[in-house]
Amino acid sequence: MRVHPRYTQKAALALLGGATLLTVAVLVFIIFFVLEKGLPVLSLSFLFTNPQDMGRAGGILPTLIGTVALPVLALAIATPLGVGTAVYLTEYTRESGLTKVIRFGTDCLAGIPSIIFGLFGFIFFVTVLRLGWSILSGGLTLAFMVLPTIIRTSEEAIKAVPASYREVSFSLGATRWQTVRKVILPNALPGIVTGVMLGIGRSIGETAAVIFTAGSSLRMPHSVFDSVRTMSVHFYILAREGISNQNAYGTAAALIIAVLAVNLTAYWLMNRFIARRS
Amino acid sequence: MTESAKVDIQGLDLFYGRFQALKSVTMAVRERKITALIGPSGCGKSTLLRCLNRMNDLIAGAKVRGRVLLDGRDVYRPGADVDELRKRVGMVFQRPNPFPLSIFDNVVYGMRVAGTHNRGRLREAAESSLRGAWLWDQAKDRLDRSALALPLDQQQRLCIARLLAVEPEVILMDEPCSALDPIATGKIEELMLDLKERYTIAIVTHNMQQAARVSDFSGYMLLGEMVEYGSTGKLFTRPEKKLTEDYISGRFG
Repeated sequence: MRVHPRYTQKAALALLGGATLLTVAVLVFIIFFVLEKGLPVLSLSFLFTNPQDMGRAGGILPTLIGTVALPVLALAIATPLGVGTAVYLTEYTRESGLTKVIRFGTDCLAGIPSIIFGLFGFIFFVTVLRLGWSILSGGLTLAFMVLPTIIRTSEEAIKAVPASYREVSFSLGATRWQTVRKVILPNALPGIVTGVMLGIGRSIGETAAVIFTAGSSLRMPHSVFDSVRTMSVHFYILAREGISNQNAYGTAAALIIAVLAVNLTAYWLMNRFIARRS
Repeated sequence: MTESAKVDIQGLDLFYGRFQALKSVTMAVRERKITALIGPSGCGKSTLLRCLNRMNDLIAGAKVRGRVLLDGRDVYRPGADVDELRKRVGMVFQRPNPFPLSIFDNVVYGMRVAGTHNRGRLREAAESSLRGAWLWDQAKDRLDRSALALPLDQQQRLCIARLLAVEPEVILMDEPCSALDPIATGKIEELMLDLKERYTIAIVTHNMQQAARVSDFSGYMLLGEMVEYGSTGKLFTRPEKKLTEDYISGRFG
Protein backbone atom coordinates (compact mmCIF):
# COMPACT_ATOMS: atom_id res chain seq x y z
CA MET A 1 0.00 0.00 0.00
CA ARG A 2 1.34 3.38 -0.94
CA VAL A 3 0.77 6.35 1.31
CA HIS A 4 0.28 9.66 -0.44
CA PRO A 5 3.34 11.97 -0.08
CA ARG A 6 1.08 14.60 1.41
CA TYR A 7 0.46 12.36 4.43
CA THR A 8 4.08 11.25 4.82
CA GLN A 9 4.99 14.92 4.69
CA LYS A 10 2.53 15.66 7.49
CA ALA A 11 3.78 12.72 9.53
CA ALA A 12 7.40 13.84 9.13
CA LEU A 13 6.49 17.37 10.16
CA ALA A 14 4.71 16.10 13.27
CA LEU A 15 7.57 13.76 14.24
CA LEU A 16 10.37 16.29 13.72
CA GLY A 17 8.38 19.06 15.39
CA GLY A 18 7.63 16.72 18.27
CA ALA A 19 11.28 15.85 18.73
CA THR A 20 12.20 19.55 18.84
CA LEU A 21 9.39 20.32 21.26
CA LEU A 22 10.45 17.48 23.57
CA THR A 23 14.06 18.70 23.61
CA VAL A 24 13.06 22.24 24.48
CA ALA A 25 10.54 21.00 27.04
CA VAL A 26 13.15 18.94 28.90
CA LEU A 27 15.53 21.88 28.97
CA VAL A 28 12.89 24.29 30.20
CA PHE A 29 11.69 21.79 32.79
CA ILE A 30 15.18 21.25 34.27
CA ILE A 31 15.98 24.95 34.41
CA PHE A 32 12.56 25.81 35.80
CA PHE A 33 12.75 23.01 38.39
CA VAL A 34 16.16 24.10 39.70
CA LEU A 35 15.41 27.81 39.62
CA GLU A 36 12.06 27.38 41.32
CA LYS A 37 13.70 25.65 44.27
CA GLY A 38 16.94 27.60 44.20
CA LEU A 39 16.01 31.21 43.39
CA PRO A 40 14.30 31.90 46.75
CA VAL A 41 17.60 31.04 48.47
CA LEU A 42 19.73 33.01 46.03
CA SER A 43 20.70 36.52 47.03
CA LEU A 44 23.78 38.71 46.96
CA SER A 45 24.54 37.85 50.56
CA PHE A 46 24.20 34.12 49.74
CA LEU A 47 26.75 34.52 46.95
CA PHE A 48 29.18 36.72 48.80
CA THR A 49 29.35 35.45 52.38
CA ASN A 50 31.26 32.55 53.84
CA PRO A 51 29.45 29.33 54.64
CA GLN A 52 28.86 28.33 58.24
CA ASP A 53 28.35 24.95 59.80
CA MET A 54 29.49 22.90 56.74
CA GLY A 55 27.22 24.91 54.46
CA ARG A 56 24.08 24.42 56.52
CA ALA A 57 23.97 28.16 56.95
CA GLY A 58 25.72 31.17 55.43
CA GLY A 59 26.68 31.64 51.79
CA ILE A 60 28.90 30.09 49.13
CA LEU A 61 31.65 32.64 48.53
CA PRO A 62 34.65 30.21 48.55
CA THR A 63 32.89 27.87 46.12
CA LEU A 64 32.17 30.83 43.84
CA ILE A 65 35.91 31.59 43.83
CA GLY A 66 36.69 27.93 43.14
CA THR A 67 34.18 27.78 40.29
CA VAL A 68 35.81 30.78 38.65
CA ALA A 69 39.43 29.87 39.41
CA LEU A 70 39.48 26.30 38.15
CA PRO A 71 38.05 26.90 34.65
CA VAL A 72 40.10 30.08 34.24
CA LEU A 73 43.30 28.23 35.11
CA ALA A 74 42.32 25.20 33.01
CA LEU A 75 41.54 27.29 29.94
CA ALA A 76 44.60 29.48 30.40
CA ILE A 77 46.66 26.31 30.07
CA ALA A 78 44.57 24.41 27.54
CA THR A 79 43.86 27.22 25.05
CA PRO A 80 47.45 27.92 23.93
CA LEU A 81 48.31 24.23 23.99
CA GLY A 82 45.19 23.23 22.10
CA VAL A 83 45.25 26.01 19.50
CA GLY A 84 48.98 25.46 19.00
CA THR A 85 48.44 21.75 18.42
CA ALA A 86 45.60 22.47 16.01
CA VAL A 87 47.73 24.94 14.04
CA TYR A 88 50.57 22.46 13.91
CA LEU A 89 48.36 19.61 12.74
CA THR A 90 46.58 21.63 10.07
CA GLU A 91 49.22 24.06 8.82
CA TYR A 92 52.62 22.59 9.51
CA THR A 93 52.17 18.91 8.72
CA ARG A 94 50.84 17.10 5.72
CA GLU A 95 48.18 14.46 6.29
CA SER A 96 50.09 11.32 7.18
CA GLY A 97 49.99 8.21 9.35
CA LEU A 98 51.34 10.22 12.26
CA THR A 99 48.69 12.96 12.11
CA LYS A 100 46.00 10.26 11.91
CA VAL A 101 47.39 8.62 15.05
CA ILE A 102 47.50 11.99 16.85
CA ARG A 103 43.95 12.74 15.80
CA PHE A 104 42.75 9.31 16.89
CA GLY A 105 44.52 9.86 20.19
CA THR A 106 42.76 13.19 20.81
CA ASP A 107 39.40 11.62 19.96
CA CYS A 108 40.05 8.83 22.46
CA LEU A 109 41.12 11.39 25.05
CA ALA A 110 37.81 13.20 24.56
CA GLY A 111 35.90 10.01 25.28
CA ILE A 112 37.61 9.13 28.55
CA PRO A 113 35.22 9.45 31.53
CA SER A 114 36.03 12.44 33.70
CA ILE A 115 36.54 10.33 36.81
CA ILE A 116 39.49 8.65 35.10
CA PHE A 117 40.99 12.11 34.53
CA GLY A 118 40.34 12.70 38.23
CA LEU A 119 42.16 9.52 39.16
CA PHE A 120 45.07 10.40 36.89
CA GLY A 121 45.23 13.92 38.29
CA PHE A 122 45.14 12.55 41.83
CA ILE A 123 48.00 10.13 41.22
CA PHE A 124 50.12 12.39 39.04
CA PHE A 125 49.60 15.99 40.19
CA VAL A 126 48.42 15.50 43.77
CA THR A 127 50.69 12.60 44.76
CA VAL A 128 53.67 12.26 42.41
CA LEU A 129 54.27 15.98 41.83
CA ARG A 130 53.21 16.68 45.45
CA LEU A 131 50.95 19.53 44.49
CA GLY A 132 48.37 18.25 46.96
CA TRP A 133 44.67 18.94 46.66
CA SER A 134 44.88 22.37 45.16
CA ILE A 135 43.56 24.78 42.58
CA LEU A 136 46.70 24.00 40.59
CA SER A 137 46.14 20.23 40.54
CA GLY A 138 42.47 20.72 39.67
CA GLY A 139 43.20 23.29 36.97
CA LEU A 140 45.85 21.10 35.33
CA THR A 141 43.55 18.08 35.37
CA LEU A 142 40.68 20.05 33.87
CA ALA A 143 43.07 21.46 31.27
CA PHE A 144 43.87 17.95 30.05
CA MET A 145 40.20 17.11 30.09
CA VAL A 146 39.13 20.00 27.85
CA LEU A 147 42.21 19.87 25.62
CA PRO A 148 40.70 17.47 23.03
CA THR A 149 37.60 19.66 22.66
CA ILE A 150 39.73 22.73 22.03
CA ILE A 151 42.02 20.93 19.60
CA ARG A 152 39.19 19.50 17.53
CA THR A 153 37.04 22.64 17.38
CA SER A 154 40.10 24.77 16.57
CA GLU A 155 41.14 22.33 13.89
CA GLU A 156 37.71 22.46 12.27
CA ALA A 157 37.71 26.25 12.49
CA ILE A 158 41.16 26.46 10.89
CA LYS A 159 40.23 24.04 8.13
CA ALA A 160 37.16 26.15 7.37
CA VAL A 161 39.34 29.17 6.49
CA PRO A 162 39.27 29.27 2.67
CA ALA A 163 42.39 27.82 1.03
CA SER A 164 42.50 30.88 -1.23
CA TYR A 165 43.43 33.10 1.76
CA ARG A 166 46.51 30.97 2.36
CA GLU A 167 47.43 31.00 -1.33
CA VAL A 168 47.17 34.77 -1.59
CA SER A 169 49.11 35.30 1.58
CA PHE A 170 51.95 33.06 0.41
CA SER A 171 51.87 34.62 -3.05
CA LEU A 172 52.46 38.04 -1.44
CA GLY A 173 55.62 36.76 0.17
CA ALA A 174 54.26 36.00 3.64
CA THR A 175 55.84 33.17 5.61
CA ARG A 176 53.73 30.37 7.01
CA TRP A 177 53.82 31.86 10.49
CA GLN A 178 52.82 35.32 9.21
CA THR A 179 49.97 33.67 7.35
CA VAL A 180 48.87 31.83 10.49
CA ARG A 181 49.02 34.98 12.59
CA LYS A 182 47.51 37.47 10.20
CA VAL A 183 45.06 35.43 8.17
CA ILE A 184 44.30 32.02 9.62
CA LEU A 185 43.85 32.70 13.33
CA PRO A 186 41.75 35.88 12.94
CA ASN A 187 39.43 34.09 10.55
CA ALA A 188 39.24 30.98 12.69
CA LEU A 189 38.67 32.95 15.89
CA PRO A 190 34.87 32.53 16.14
CA GLY A 191 35.30 28.75 15.95
CA ILE A 192 38.16 28.77 18.42
CA VAL A 193 36.12 30.88 20.86
CA THR A 194 33.31 28.34 20.55
CA GLY A 195 35.74 25.59 21.52
CA VAL A 196 37.01 27.58 24.50
CA MET A 197 33.45 28.25 25.63
CA LEU A 198 32.60 24.56 25.34
CA GLY A 199 35.70 23.90 27.44
CA ILE A 200 34.55 26.39 30.09
CA GLY A 201 31.10 24.82 30.07
CA ARG A 202 32.55 21.38 30.55
CA SER A 203 34.97 22.35 33.30
CA ILE A 204 32.60 24.62 35.22
CA GLY A 205 30.19 21.80 35.95
CA GLU A 206 32.78 19.04 36.39
CA THR A 207 32.50 17.28 39.73
CA ALA A 208 34.25 13.90 39.77
CA ALA A 209 37.62 15.03 38.47
CA VAL A 210 37.56 18.08 40.76
CA ILE A 211 36.87 16.25 44.03
CA PHE A 212 39.88 14.04 43.35
CA THR A 213 42.28 16.86 42.54
CA ALA A 214 41.14 20.16 44.05
CA GLY A 215 39.65 18.56 47.13
CA SER A 216 36.62 19.95 48.90
CA SER A 217 37.88 22.41 51.46
CA LEU A 218 35.31 25.03 52.34
CA ARG A 219 37.91 27.51 53.51
CA MET A 220 38.78 30.54 51.44
CA PRO A 221 41.79 29.73 49.22
CA HIS A 222 44.72 32.13 49.35
CA SER A 223 46.87 30.79 46.53
CA VAL A 224 46.76 28.22 43.74
CA PHE A 225 48.32 25.74 46.16
CA ASP A 226 45.25 25.75 48.42
CA SER A 227 42.43 23.29 48.18
CA VAL A 228 39.10 24.68 47.01
CA ARG A 229 35.52 23.48 46.66
CA THR A 230 33.61 24.34 43.49
CA MET A 231 29.88 24.96 43.34
CA SER A 232 29.18 21.62 41.73
CA VAL A 233 31.17 19.79 44.41
CA HIS A 234 29.44 21.87 47.09
CA PHE A 235 26.08 20.95 45.64
CA TYR A 236 27.06 17.29 45.54
CA ILE A 237 28.20 17.26 49.18
CA LEU A 238 25.25 19.25 50.50
CA ALA A 239 22.76 16.99 48.77
CA ARG A 240 24.57 13.71 49.19
CA GLU A 241 25.23 14.12 52.88
CA GLY A 242 21.86 15.63 53.54
CA ILE A 243 23.35 18.80 54.98
CA SER A 244 20.94 21.29 53.45
CA ASN A 245 18.74 20.63 50.45
CA GLN A 246 17.72 24.25 50.39
CA ASN A 247 21.28 25.55 50.08
CA ALA A 248 22.07 22.77 47.59
CA TYR A 249 19.37 24.12 45.28
CA GLY A 250 20.57 27.66 45.86
CA THR A 251 24.04 26.58 44.73
CA ALA A 252 22.61 24.72 41.75
CA ALA A 253 20.67 27.80 40.69
CA ALA A 254 23.82 29.91 40.89
CA LEU A 255 25.66 27.32 38.81
CA ILE A 256 22.99 27.21 36.13
CA ILE A 257 22.92 30.99 35.91
CA ALA A 258 26.72 31.02 35.62
CA VAL A 259 26.66 28.52 32.74
CA LEU A 260 23.92 30.51 31.05
CA ALA A 261 25.96 33.68 31.47
CA VAL A 262 29.03 32.01 29.93
CA ASN A 263 27.01 30.92 26.91
CA LEU A 264 25.36 34.29 26.44
CA THR A 265 28.72 36.03 26.69
CA ALA A 266 30.11 33.66 24.08
CA TYR A 267 27.26 34.45 21.68
CA TRP A 268 27.61 38.15 22.30
CA LEU A 269 31.38 38.05 21.74
CA MET A 270 31.03 36.04 18.56
CA ASN A 271 28.32 38.26 17.10
CA ARG A 272 30.34 41.36 17.89
CA PHE A 273 33.37 39.79 16.28
CA ILE A 274 31.51 38.76 13.14
CA ALA A 275 29.81 42.15 12.86
CA ARG A 276 33.12 43.94 13.15
CA ARG A 277 34.73 41.92 10.38
CA SER A 278 31.97 42.11 7.78
CA MET B 1 66.44 35.94 -27.71
CA THR B 2 67.46 35.16 -24.15
CA GLU B 3 68.84 38.64 -23.53
CA SER B 4 65.40 40.15 -22.97
CA ALA B 5 64.03 37.08 -21.19
CA LYS B 6 62.96 38.01 -17.67
CA VAL B 7 62.07 34.41 -16.94
CA ASP B 8 63.73 31.61 -18.82
CA ILE B 9 62.19 28.16 -18.48
CA GLN B 10 64.52 25.38 -19.55
CA GLY B 11 63.53 21.72 -19.89
CA LEU B 12 61.03 21.85 -17.06
CA ASP B 13 59.41 18.60 -15.90
CA LEU B 14 56.82 18.48 -13.14
CA PHE B 15 55.37 15.40 -11.52
CA TYR B 16 52.33 15.11 -9.28
CA GLY B 17 53.24 11.79 -7.73
CA ARG B 18 53.60 9.52 -10.75
CA PHE B 19 51.64 11.74 -13.11
CA GLN B 20 53.81 13.94 -15.28
CA ALA B 21 52.05 17.29 -15.65
CA LEU B 22 54.83 19.13 -17.51
CA LYS B 23 57.10 17.52 -20.08
CA SER B 24 60.36 19.24 -20.80
CA VAL B 25 58.85 22.69 -21.25
CA THR B 26 61.15 25.38 -22.62
CA MET B 27 59.93 28.93 -22.95
CA ALA B 28 60.92 32.53 -22.32
CA VAL B 29 58.86 35.22 -20.65
CA ARG B 30 60.13 38.52 -22.05
CA GLU B 31 60.61 41.63 -20.03
CA ARG B 32 57.74 44.16 -20.19
CA LYS B 33 55.74 42.03 -22.53
CA ILE B 34 52.60 39.99 -22.03
CA THR B 35 53.06 36.28 -22.56
CA ALA B 36 49.91 34.17 -22.83
CA LEU B 37 49.59 30.45 -22.18
CA ILE B 38 46.70 28.82 -23.97
CA GLY B 39 45.48 25.28 -24.33
CA PRO B 40 42.63 23.00 -23.26
CA SER B 41 41.80 22.33 -19.60
CA GLY B 42 44.32 20.11 -17.89
CA CYS B 43 47.10 20.82 -20.39
CA GLY B 44 49.39 22.09 -17.64
CA LYS B 45 49.33 25.83 -18.35
CA SER B 46 48.30 26.79 -14.82
CA THR B 47 50.84 24.34 -13.44
CA LEU B 48 53.53 25.96 -15.55
CA LEU B 49 52.51 29.42 -14.36
CA ARG B 50 52.66 28.27 -10.74
CA CYS B 51 56.22 27.06 -11.23
CA LEU B 52 57.36 30.64 -11.76
CA ASN B 53 56.61 31.64 -8.17
CA ARG B 54 56.85 28.12 -6.75
CA MET B 55 53.21 27.97 -5.69
CA ASN B 56 53.32 24.29 -6.61
CA ASP B 57 55.47 23.77 -3.52
CA LEU B 58 52.24 23.86 -1.55
CA ILE B 59 50.92 20.74 -3.27
CA ALA B 60 51.89 17.47 -1.65
CA GLY B 61 53.86 15.18 -3.95
CA ALA B 62 54.78 17.79 -6.57
CA LYS B 63 58.34 17.31 -7.88
CA VAL B 64 60.17 19.58 -10.30
CA ARG B 65 63.10 18.89 -12.62
CA GLY B 66 64.71 21.42 -14.93
CA ARG B 67 65.37 25.11 -14.48
CA VAL B 68 63.38 28.31 -14.14
CA LEU B 69 65.75 31.25 -14.41
CA LEU B 70 64.62 34.61 -13.06
CA ASP B 71 67.13 37.21 -14.23
CA GLY B 72 69.49 34.33 -14.87
CA ARG B 73 69.23 32.67 -11.44
CA ASP B 74 67.42 29.38 -10.95
CA VAL B 75 64.45 29.84 -8.62
CA TYR B 76 64.64 26.14 -7.74
CA ARG B 77 68.30 26.29 -6.71
CA PRO B 78 68.99 24.81 -3.28
CA GLY B 79 68.63 27.43 -0.58
CA ALA B 80 66.59 29.83 -2.73
CA ASP B 81 64.42 32.17 -0.63
CA VAL B 82 60.87 31.32 -1.67
CA ASP B 83 59.20 34.20 0.22
CA GLU B 84 61.57 36.64 -1.48
CA LEU B 85 60.84 35.03 -4.86
CA ARG B 86 57.10 35.50 -4.32
CA LYS B 87 57.61 39.19 -3.60
CA ARG B 88 59.34 39.53 -6.96
CA VAL B 89 56.92 37.29 -8.84
CA GLY B 90 53.35 38.06 -7.77
CA MET B 91 50.13 36.36 -8.72
CA VAL B 92 46.53 37.26 -9.56
CA PHE B 93 44.13 34.36 -9.14
CA GLN B 94 41.13 33.09 -11.02
CA ARG B 95 38.53 34.24 -8.53
CA PRO B 96 38.95 37.65 -6.92
CA ASN B 97 40.14 36.74 -3.42
CA PRO B 98 40.43 39.78 -1.17
CA PHE B 99 40.87 39.08 2.52
CA PRO B 100 37.82 39.83 4.69
CA LEU B 101 39.50 43.06 5.74
CA SER B 102 39.13 46.70 4.78
CA ILE B 103 40.23 47.87 1.34
CA PHE B 104 43.21 49.62 2.91
CA ASP B 105 44.30 46.60 4.97
CA ASN B 106 44.07 44.45 1.85
CA VAL B 107 46.27 46.71 -0.22
CA VAL B 108 49.00 47.04 2.41
CA TYR B 109 48.97 43.38 3.51
CA GLY B 110 52.11 42.48 1.61
CA MET B 111 53.94 45.58 2.82
CA ARG B 112 53.11 44.90 6.45
CA VAL B 113 54.25 41.32 6.01
CA ALA B 114 57.51 42.71 4.66
CA GLY B 115 57.90 44.84 7.78
CA THR B 116 56.62 48.30 6.78
CA HIS B 117 54.39 49.74 9.48
CA ASN B 118 54.84 53.48 8.99
CA ARG B 119 51.31 54.79 8.52
CA GLY B 120 52.33 57.53 6.10
CA ARG B 121 54.31 55.24 3.85
CA LEU B 122 51.51 52.68 3.86
CA ARG B 123 48.99 55.34 2.86
CA GLU B 124 51.20 56.61 0.08
CA ALA B 125 51.77 53.11 -1.28
CA ALA B 126 48.07 52.29 -0.99
CA GLU B 127 47.18 55.34 -3.06
CA SER B 128 49.73 54.70 -5.79
CA SER B 129 48.84 50.99 -5.95
CA LEU B 130 45.13 51.70 -6.15
CA ARG B 131 45.83 54.30 -8.84
CA GLY B 132 47.96 51.75 -10.65
CA ALA B 133 45.06 49.32 -10.64
CA TRP B 134 42.59 52.05 -11.70
CA LEU B 135 40.66 51.73 -8.47
CA TRP B 136 41.58 54.92 -6.63
CA ASP B 137 38.58 56.98 -7.69
CA GLN B 138 36.11 54.32 -6.63
CA ALA B 139 37.94 53.38 -3.44
CA LYS B 140 39.43 56.60 -2.06
CA ASP B 141 36.38 57.50 0.05
CA ARG B 142 35.89 54.08 1.53
CA LEU B 143 39.34 52.76 2.27
CA ASP B 144 38.25 51.45 5.66
CA ARG B 145 35.16 49.66 4.37
CA SER B 146 35.19 45.92 3.81
CA ALA B 147 36.76 44.82 0.54
CA LEU B 148 34.05 42.17 0.22
CA ALA B 149 31.45 44.89 -0.39
CA LEU B 150 33.06 45.82 -3.74
CA PRO B 151 31.66 44.46 -6.99
CA LEU B 152 33.61 41.49 -8.42
CA ASP B 153 35.61 43.37 -11.04
CA GLN B 154 36.68 46.00 -8.50
CA GLN B 155 37.63 43.16 -6.14
CA GLN B 156 39.85 41.76 -8.85
CA ARG B 157 41.44 45.15 -9.41
CA LEU B 158 41.92 45.41 -5.64
CA CYS B 159 43.79 42.11 -5.80
CA ILE B 160 45.97 43.62 -8.51
CA ALA B 161 46.54 46.74 -6.37
CA ARG B 162 47.45 44.51 -3.42
CA LEU B 163 50.02 42.90 -5.64
CA LEU B 164 51.42 46.17 -6.99
CA ALA B 165 52.01 47.38 -3.43
CA VAL B 166 54.65 44.66 -3.02
CA GLU B 167 56.44 46.13 -6.06
CA PRO B 168 56.81 42.88 -7.97
CA GLU B 169 58.79 42.56 -11.17
CA VAL B 170 56.71 39.83 -12.75
CA ILE B 171 52.92 39.45 -12.54
CA LEU B 172 51.37 36.04 -13.09
CA MET B 173 47.68 35.98 -13.94
CA ASP B 174 45.80 32.73 -13.73
CA GLU B 175 42.63 33.22 -15.79
CA PRO B 176 42.07 36.58 -14.10
CA CYS B 177 38.82 37.29 -15.94
CA SER B 178 37.05 33.96 -15.77
CA ALA B 179 34.73 35.19 -13.01
CA LEU B 180 33.98 38.50 -14.74
CA ASP B 181 31.48 39.67 -17.33
CA PRO B 182 32.67 40.95 -20.75
CA ILE B 183 32.67 44.65 -19.78
CA ALA B 184 34.69 44.00 -16.61
CA THR B 185 36.96 41.73 -18.63
CA GLY B 186 37.57 44.55 -21.09
CA LYS B 187 38.60 46.86 -18.25
CA ILE B 188 41.06 44.33 -16.85
CA GLU B 189 42.54 43.79 -20.33
CA GLU B 190 43.06 47.53 -20.79
CA LEU B 191 44.66 47.61 -17.37
CA MET B 192 47.01 44.80 -18.37
CA LEU B 193 48.17 46.75 -21.40
CA ASP B 194 48.82 49.70 -19.11
CA LEU B 195 50.70 47.54 -16.58
CA LYS B 196 53.03 46.03 -19.13
CA GLU B 197 54.76 49.40 -19.43
CA ARG B 198 56.30 48.65 -16.04
CA TYR B 199 55.87 44.94 -15.39
CA THR B 200 56.52 41.63 -17.06
CA ILE B 201 53.25 39.74 -17.33
CA ALA B 202 52.41 36.08 -17.92
CA ILE B 203 48.76 35.13 -18.25
CA VAL B 204 46.92 31.84 -18.48
CA THR B 205 43.65 32.13 -20.34
CA HIS B 206 40.92 29.95 -21.76
CA ASN B 207 39.79 32.78 -23.89
CA MET B 208 41.71 32.78 -27.17
CA GLN B 209 40.38 36.18 -28.22
CA GLN B 210 41.79 37.49 -24.99
CA ALA B 211 45.20 35.99 -25.72
CA ALA B 212 45.08 37.47 -29.22
CA ARG B 213 43.99 40.89 -27.94
CA VAL B 214 46.46 41.44 -25.14
CA SER B 215 49.52 39.25 -25.53
CA ASP B 216 52.77 39.80 -27.39
CA PHE B 217 53.88 36.19 -27.17
CA SER B 218 51.86 33.02 -26.87
CA GLY B 219 52.53 29.42 -26.01
CA TYR B 220 50.13 26.65 -26.92
CA MET B 221 50.23 23.70 -24.55
CA LEU B 222 48.77 20.23 -24.85
CA LEU B 223 49.08 17.31 -22.44
CA GLY B 224 51.94 18.90 -20.56
CA GLU B 225 53.98 19.80 -23.62
CA MET B 226 54.70 23.15 -25.16
CA VAL B 227 53.47 22.50 -28.70
CA GLU B 228 54.32 25.86 -30.13
CA TYR B 229 55.64 29.11 -28.78
CA GLY B 230 56.16 32.37 -30.62
CA SER B 231 54.88 35.85 -31.23
CA THR B 232 51.11 36.06 -30.83
CA GLY B 233 50.59 37.50 -34.30
CA LYS B 234 52.34 34.59 -35.93
CA LEU B 235 50.86 31.89 -33.70
CA PHE B 236 47.31 33.00 -34.40
CA THR B 237 47.68 33.65 -38.14
CA ARG B 238 50.39 31.30 -39.40
CA PRO B 239 50.91 28.54 -36.84
CA GLU B 240 53.67 26.13 -37.69
CA LYS B 241 52.12 23.05 -36.15
CA LYS B 242 48.94 21.33 -37.23
CA LEU B 243 47.91 20.83 -33.58
CA THR B 244 48.07 24.58 -32.93
CA GLU B 245 46.07 25.36 -36.01
CA ASP B 246 43.37 22.84 -35.03
CA TYR B 247 43.07 24.41 -31.59
CA ILE B 248 43.00 28.07 -32.56
CA SER B 249 40.60 27.45 -35.45
CA GLY B 250 38.22 25.82 -32.96
CA ARG B 251 38.39 22.33 -34.41
CA PHE B 252 39.43 21.00 -31.06
CA GLY B 253 39.47 22.05 -27.39
